[in-house]
Amino acid sequence: MSELNVSVVAVDRSIWVGPAKSIVAKTPEGEIGILPGHEPVLSLLVNGVVRIEPTEGSKVAIAVHGGFVAMDSDNVRILAETAELSSDIDVDRAQKALDRARAAGEDSPEALAAAHRAETRLKAAAAVTASGMHN
Amino acid sequence: MGAQLRVYRRRIKSVQSTKKITKAMELIASSRFVKAQQRVEASLPYTQELLRAISAAVSHGNSKGALVSEVENRKRAAVILITSDRGLAGAYSSAIIKEGEGLNALLKEEGVTPEHYLVGRKSVGYYKFRERKIANSWTGFTDQPTYEDAKRIAAAVFEAFNLPTAEGGVDEIHLVYTHFVNMAVQEVRVRRILPVEILEVSKAEASEKLDTKVFPLYDFEPSPEAVLEALLPRYVENMIYTALLLAAASEHAARRRAMKSASDNAEELIRTLARQANQARQAEITQEISEIVGGADALASA
Repeated sequence: MSELNVSVVAVDRSIWVGPAKSIVAKTPEGEIGILPGHEPVLSLLVNGVVRIEPTEGSKVAIAVHGGFVAMDSDNVRILAETAELSSDIDVDRAQKALDRARAAGEDSPEALAAAHRAETRLKAAAAVTASGMHN
Repeated sequence: MGAQLRVYRRRIKSVQSTKKITKAMELIASSRFVKAQQRVEASLPYTQELLRAISAAVSHGNSKGALVSEVENRKRAAVILITSDRGLAGAYSSAIIKEGEGLNALLKEEGVTPEHYLVGRKSVGYYKFRERKIANSWTGFTDQPTYEDAKRIAAAVFEAFNLPTAEGGVDEIHLVYTHFVNMAVQEVRVRRILPVEILEVSKAEASEKLDTKVFPLYDFEPSPEAVLEALLPRYVENMIYTALLLAAASEHAARRRAMKSASDNAEELIRTLARQANQARQAEITQEISEIVGGADALASA
């Protein structure tokens, strides 16, 4: 079976590169699943978790903010303003950031955005723990 | 010790301590330069992919928004100057300011009023001293710019760009920065960010970096226009970010070079002064001997 060549790139560094069996990401129109042989697609991504199932090894979850995905001939490139591997996410810190942002109130767009970012991070961290149990 | 000799020795000491400082600054600039260069390299994959995606979106969607097409009657243009916060980097900042002045003059000739957006304390100081109106300025991060800094700048110029011209908006955005070619060569460049000159840029980039010139028939989600609209602000941010990174690398390279020549000059000066000091000492000894001989002679003949 063919496989996907995936690269996840943030503005200042490469986050994850490797072969994968499938990818699930969130677009403004709903979730998109990409398998090998998918038609070329260029789509925006909403802030959320991108789940990658590598050819070898356990699943990878990446918290992505402000990004898009480009896919052609089994090359998938996910670009994001910021992206964090779930294993790099400090759950305590994210939780604290979320509490802090919520405490700051819902009036300021900055606090809302911060809360949203923290939530996505926590989700990404949770996604891997959950899939780890299934494996 | 004679007065002259003492003066020479004092000057040698002072030049020596200056040399120590410039040498240290040279070393610091070298190590920061390496880091800055690494950051430039780390940002390349994103830039390449972003350009590719935008080119694909532009070549598919036939509609051209305000971001891509030029305005007929240009009134105002934003000029972003990227200079350094600190001096002692040779002609680094003044070269940018000079180029900026050239651009300002050119714009005025064409009947366009330049609005000044300044990055780095050096350009801010220059414009403040001449009491010119500054549209916006940012300082404090030029040697280690982050993406957040670039986003702040991009947001400000983008806001001005989106305002109608009648309400003080700008029709064009120009960027003046120092492009880092290699350790020895950095050149000041002027680029227009908006309206985007994507097609030429991306074609050149495409033939250079990508093996395929024809883009696959992408399925755009939600639509090519929406994708392009979302990507263009990213493109502006990314362009400013890249310029900031390149400018930082150039700044460190310029400072390293300036400090190296300062150290070399100090060395040269120390050598000359040492020679003069030796001469003064010798002259002093000669004089003492002739005084003694003269004294003895006078005694003998008395």
